[in-house]
Amino acid sequence: MKTFIGKQLYGDFGEQEPGGEIAKEKKAMHDEDAWPLWEVFIRSKQGLDHKHAGSLKAADAQMAIENARDVYTRRQEGVSIWVVESKHIHATNPGESESLFEPAEDKIYRHPTFYDLPDEIKHM
Amino acid sequence: MQIHDLEKIFEEKIEREIKIESKDWMPDAYRKTNVRQISQHAHSEIVGMLPEGNWISRAPSLKRKVILIAKVQDEAGHGLYLYSAAETLGTSREQMIEDLLSGKAKYSSIFNYPTLTWADMGAVGWLVDGAAILNQVMLCRTSYGPYARAMVRICKEESFHQRQGFESLLVLSKGTPEQKAMCQDAINRWWWPSLMMFGPKDAESTNSDQSMKWKIKRKTNDELRQQFVNMAVEQVKLLGMTLPDPDLKFNEVTSQYDFGEIHWDEFWAVVKGNGPCNKQRLEARNKAHEEGKWVREAALAYAKKQQARISVKVA
Repeated sequence: MKTFIGKQLYGDFGEQEPGGEIAKEKKAMHDEDAWPLWEVFIRSKQGLDHKHAGSLKAADAQMAIENARDVYTRRQEGVSIWVVESKHIHATNPGESESLFEPAEDKIYRHPTFYDLPDEIKHM
Repeated sequence: MQIHDLEKIFEEKIEREIKIESKDWMPDAYRKTNVRQISQHAHSEIVGMLPEGNWISRAPSLKRKVILIAKVQDEAGHGLYLYSAAETLGTSREQMIEDLLSGKAKYSSIFNYPTLTWADMGAVGWLVDGAAILNQVMLCRTSYGPYARAMVRICKEESFHQRQGFESLLVLSKGTPEQKAMCQDAINRWWWPSLMMFGPKDAESTNSDQSMKWKIKRKTNDELRQQFVNMAVEQVKLLGMTLPDPDLKFNEVTSQYDFGEIHWDEFWAVVKGNGPCNKQRLEARNKAHEEGKWVREAALAYAKKQQARISVKVA
């Protein structure tokens, strides 16, 4: 008998229902009961920029920083942490990518390599 | 823009190895497959803490205890990275956790096996994490950006898991006759379930392999499993132990190790909820979630109160 239902790859166990009587009715959590999402930025060492490391949930900023420390700096990955609530981040839309970023493509004169200079020239 | 234009752009990106990001247009099935796979992966990390948590208070030394705590803590973090990656696709953390707790969502079957002796901690690290790493290394190049980035982070941390496991077995393998026997016993019990971790044989796939086409996956189950066997066969020699498979032998033609038939009935039984520990694992998760409820609520109430105070001061 073939019990196989769908294609399954490692880490993808399909969708069939499990047996047992464990399944319980659960009430969905309301949005206002959920902790907000925060984006975490880590400075890996003095002198470098803070860089986006990931995100996490926390009730407030202090907890976000404490959790970020536990999650993202357990192996000396950072010396400073910024957190910002994800809802405060404004981003470009992929639909606008063309109009925003393509104009830079044909402006090669903005790069130093555009200019052909004699090899004899020094310190430039 | 028409749907087929968007589809074309999407396919082109996949073709040209450009990562898909959360705000990019993607086919619904691509989104759904990623949500399912990433959340199942996240659940596996979370449930994966349970068999090891069992041994934190029973570790044979302080050294082994701090190592085990660090490893379990890593797994909690890995779960978080993956839940965050899944959330970028529009599903909510609450929904995913609910699906895990209700038994609707799946996690890796391997965690439904019990950890009976201390040697199991070594065998889990060496074999289970070893098998997971092969998959995870491949997933560092998966086509969905947030998933790939989570995997890169996880892979950096994961290699310590496997190494500590092997080292732990190495110590046992040089110990007393009882310790040696315990080491061999753990390998015997974890070997086959570890091979099952890679999933069913490629030949049994009924669907066309969309995940490979979309570059969510880059190697098939059988390819990864073979790679794992080839590695483990050599590694076990260093332990002076054996793998419990009489059919294991080097194939001169393929230059790979042939191995015996996997008991797929057992695999499907565990997937369907009838493994040795399925019920226990879900009950433990549900209990932890219930008992943590007041903490979550209290933290939120405190945050709201603090915020109200600030607003009053500002006004």
